[in-house]
Amino acid sequence: MSLQVNNKSITYIQDETVSDLLKRMNFTFPLVVVKINKTLIPRDSYKTTIIPKDAAIQIIHMISGG
Amino acid sequence: MVTLMQDEKQEYIRKILHSHTVGIAGAGGLGSNAAVSLARSGVGHIIVVDFDVVEKSNLNRQYYFQEHIGKQKVTALQEIIKKIDPSITCTPIIQRLQPGSMTTYFKEADVIIEALDAARIKTQFIEEIQKEFPNTPLIAASGVAGYGQMNRITTRKLGNLYVCYDPQAKSSDDDVLMASKVSVMANWQADIAIEILLGATQ
Repeated sequence: MSLQVNNKSITYIQDETVSDLLKRMNFTFPLVVVKINKTLIPRDSYKTTIIPKDAAIQIIHMISGG
Repeated sequence: MVTLMQDEKQEYIRKILHSHTVGIAGAGGLGSNAAVSLARSGVGHIIVVDFDVVEKSNLNRQYYFQEHIGKQKVTALQEIIKKIDPSITCTPIIQRLQPGSMTTYFKEADVIIEALDAARIKTQFIEEIQKEFPNTPLIAASGVAGYGQMNRITTRKLGNLYVCYDPQAKSSDDDVLMASKVSVMANWQADIAIEILLGATQ
């Protein structure tokens, strides 16, 4: 079993939360947008959202400027 | 013959775009340039939300002129759009988008453009809009600061969230904002909006 993160395959870990995954991916940026299977995960749910098996996850970090 | 076909296509495109509404959050470097580009393309209704006034320091990248200094950005933009094409309706909204009510002015929009400044507000806006209008395409931008290395910019598509993205750019707190890159990103967003609006018919 695996996960797709930004179109790359990584190992699936049972009961992993979004926060755990961001840590595992060394994603240290403070502001990210995360979608799991095309559903946006609100930032206040990162610690409670468990990543399902075979999920397709997209992570983008938001950089100031406009 | 070719010219005739192109004219017809152009006319057809304008007709479709004219019946649509694009909402833009922010009228700074991204928002002002995107709005002008959409107006020139013929998008019939453009809603722009921003609380700020034009400052001299904005003129190095935002679509304003000396005469607009001190004026509300959205009001200036409405004037500019009217000069380009009086058949386009621009709805200027002088408001600061507040967390919790950021979706207020975008109900009518067929496509929404995130053209805000601080990363925190951008992220908040994306969350609120995608929650309230899950079926409305949203086009954001991340990484507009700096210059050069334009090949790093890509469109990341996350469902109906499109992000015009330079992942290696620095924050605008640590780098300069330049007309060249900001306007590329703004027009990149405008082009995605046009592509979406014409999508089914292309």
